[in-house]
Amino acid sequence: MSEAIIKVEGLGKRYVLSHQGGGGSRQGSKRFSEVLSRAARAPFGWLSRAQGAARAARSQEDFWALRDVSFEIKRGEVVGIIGRNGAGKSTLLKILSRITEPTSGQIEIDGRVASLLEVGTGFHGDLTGRENIFLNGAILGMSRVEIKRKFDEIVAFAEVERFLDTPVKHYSSGMYVRLAFAVAAHLEPEILIVDEVLAVGDAQFQKKCLGKMQDIAGREGRTVLFVSHNMGVVANLCGRAILLKGGRILRDGPVSSVIGSYIETGATITGESTWAVDDPAAGNDRMRLRRARILSVDKVTGDVPIDAAVTLEFDFELSGPSSSVTSSIHLFDKQGVWVLCSGPASEELSPGPYRQAVTIPANFLNDGLYSFSIILLRNVTQIEVHLREAITFCVHETGEGRAEYGGVINGCVRPQLSWTKAIPT
Amino acid sequence: MPKLIIRAGQAERHYWRDLWRYRELLYFLAWRDILVRYKQTVIGVAWAVLRPFLTMVVFTVIFGRVAKMPSPGVPYPLLVFAAMLPWQFFSSALSDSSGSLVGNANLISKVYFPRLLIPGSAVVVSFVDFLISFAILVGLCAYYRFLPGPHVFFLPAFVLLAFLAALGPGLLITALNVEYRDFRFVIPFIVQFGLYVSPVGFSSAVIPPEWRLLYSLNPMVGVIDGFRWAILGQSSLWWPGFCLSLVMAALFLVWGIVYFRRMERTFADVI
Repeated sequence: MSEAIIKVEGLGKRYVLSHQGGGGSRQGSKRFSEVLSRAARAPFGWLSRAQGAARAARSQEDFWALRDVSFEIKRGEVVGIIGRNGAGKSTLLKILSRITEPTSGQIEIDGRVASLLEVGTGFHGDLTGRENIFLNGAILGMSRVEIKRKFDEIVAFAEVERFLDTPVKHYSSGMYVRLAFAVAAHLEPEILIVDEVLAVGDAQFQKKCLGKMQDIAGREGRTVLFVSHNMGVVANLCGRAILLKGGRILRDGPVSSVIGSYIETGATITGESTWAVDDPAAGNDRMRLRRARILSVDKVTGDVPIDAAVTLEFDFELSGPSSSVTSSIHLFDKQGVWVLCSGPASEELSPGPYRQAVTIPANFLNDGLYSFSIILLRNVTQIEVHLREAITFCVHETGEGRAEYGGVINGCVRPQLSWTKAIPT
Repeated sequence: MPKLIIRAGQAERHYWRDLWRYRELLYFLAWRDILVRYKQTVIGVAWAVLRPFLTMVVFTVIFGRVAKMPSPGVPYPLLVFAAMLPWQFFSSALSDSSGSLVGNANLISKVYFPRLLIPGSAVVVSFVDFLISFAILVGLCAYYRFLPGPHVFFLPAFVLLAFLAALGPGLLITALNVEYRDFRFVIPFIVQFGLYVSPVGFSSAVIPPEWRLLYSLNPMVGVIDGFRWAILGQSSLWWPGFCLSLVMAALFLVWGIVYFRRMERTFADVI
C-alpha cells in the first residue's frame, strides 16, 4: 500500500545568469564609448584581451539551484520542505509541477498532481468573484463540472456570498486571498504541492486554512508536499521533512529532528538580543531595555533541551526619579499563541542599571520556537516598555520519554503531570 | 493513470494527450479574454458589430469611390467585406496570439498546462469576432439581395485555412517574443503593411499577371481569394497562386509548432 508515489533521482537544475552590462566584450561593444576606449587600449592588445576574457567569464555564470537531489515519497505521506531563502525549495516544486524542466536527473510521479504555488493565479481584477472561481478552478486543473459541484462549498469557505458578483478588483486584500485560497483548497488531486501560501489573511482565516490543510493531509489521506517558513505549521502538518541548503538535501527524516537541524544551521537564534540606547522600540527616556539573554544549562544559548530549565535574564535602565517598577513577560509559541504571562510584585527602584531574571521550569514547554515579549510598567499600570518578540529561543527534544511515540506532540506547553496507574475497580 | 516521467531534454511524450485533457482551459482562457474586453464598457458587445461595419464603410468610400477600384459583377461593399472578414480574423489572431505568452506570464510561471493553449485561446477569441462579422456579411447579402452560389459550401474549408494561416506565424512570433521582446514591434508593422498589400481593398485580378505568382507568396492572398470565390463566385481565384499560398501557410504552421514546442520548456525560465 505504501509504494513510492514520487521518486526523484539525481535531480539538478542549472540557471545561466547573464550579468547585463557587466562585461560586454563577449557580446561586442554596444556602446560607442566602449569602442573608443578599446581602440585606445589597442597597443596593449594582449592585455585587454585577457581582461576581456575575464570580463566575459564574469558576464555569464552558472547557478545550480538544485544539485543531486534524490528522495522518495510514499503514498499518503505529508512531507515538509524547509530551508533558507534561496535553498532551492521553490525550484524543486516548480520542477515537480512541470513548470520548468530539470537540467539533470529524473522524476517518476504516479498520480495526479495539483500545485498551489501562488494564491490567486490567473485571477483577473475585472471579473467578478463568481467568474474568477471558474477561471481559477479551470487553471488549477478542475473541470467545469467539478467546479459547479463544489461552487457553494467554495463560496461558503471564503465567506464572500454578498460580494460574489462584484469585480474582484474591488475586494479587500483579505477577501481576495480568502477567495483564492478557497478555490485552491477544494482541489482533489492525489498529490498536492503547496508553496508557502498559508501565510496570508488574518489570524482567524489562517486558522481556517490550517484546519483545511490538516483535513487534506490527515483525514483525506492525500500525499502533500509542503513548503513553509513557519516551523510550527510544518511541525503540525508534516510527519517528515526534507531540509534543503544551497540546492542540496542536508537532512531528510522525522520532522522535529529536521527542524532542529534547520535551526542549528541557521544560527539566527543566538540566545542574546541587545538594543541600542536610542532604539525607540526598546524604551523611552525613563525606562529602557538594554539586553536580554536566554540561559540554560549554565550557558547563553538559543537552543534549549526540553528537560532543562530556561532562564530569561534581561538588563534594563531606569532614569529620572525613583518609581515603582513592575516587570512582566509574555510568552508566545511558534503559532503566535499566547502561552503565559508572568511578573513579580512591584518594587520601588532608584535610577540606574538593573538585571532581572525569570526561570521556566524544565519539562514544561513543548518543543519548538518560543518568543518572549518583555514589558516594564511604572506605578503598576503605566506601560513604559513593551518589546514584542524581544528574544526567541527554541526548545528541542532530547528523546526523553519518547521511547514509545515518535510523532508530533501538540500543545503550547508540555508539562510533566503526575499520572496514577490504571487501577482495576 | 500511467506513470509520469520527467527527465531533462526529453520531449514530453504525453503532450498531445495533455492538450486534450486540458481542452476546457482553451474555452476558459478565451471566455476570460472576451469577458474582460467588454467589462465596464457602455456599448459593450455592440463594438464587435460596429468595428467591422465601420471599417467596411471607410474602405468602400476610400477604395471604391475615391480610388475607384474595379468591382466586377458585385457591389463594392460586398467585395471588400468578403475579404475583410478573413483579413480581420487573421490580423487580430496574429496580433493577439503573438503577445499572448508574455501577456500570460503570471500563469506560465506558476501553473502547468500545455502552453499551446495560450496562443490557441487568442485565436479562438478572434474567431468569435469572425463569427459576429460573418453575421454582418449575411445581413449585407440580404441587403444587396445577393445569393451566394454553390461554392459557398467550401467556405468552412477556407475558414479553417485562415485559422491555420494565422496560427502558424502567431506561434512562431509569440515563442520568439518570450526571449526577444523586439517582436512585439514587428507585429503591428506586419499587420498594417499586410492590409494594403493583401487583396482586401481590391481584387487580386488587378495584379499584373507576371507578378501574380510572387504575390501569392503571401498566404492571405490564397485565403482571401478563396473567400471571395466561395461567397461571391468570383473567378479571381487563380489556382497556381492559391496552391502556393496554401503551401506557405502550411510551412509557417509547421515551423511555428516545431519552434514553439522546442522553446516551450524554457518559457518559465525566460519569461
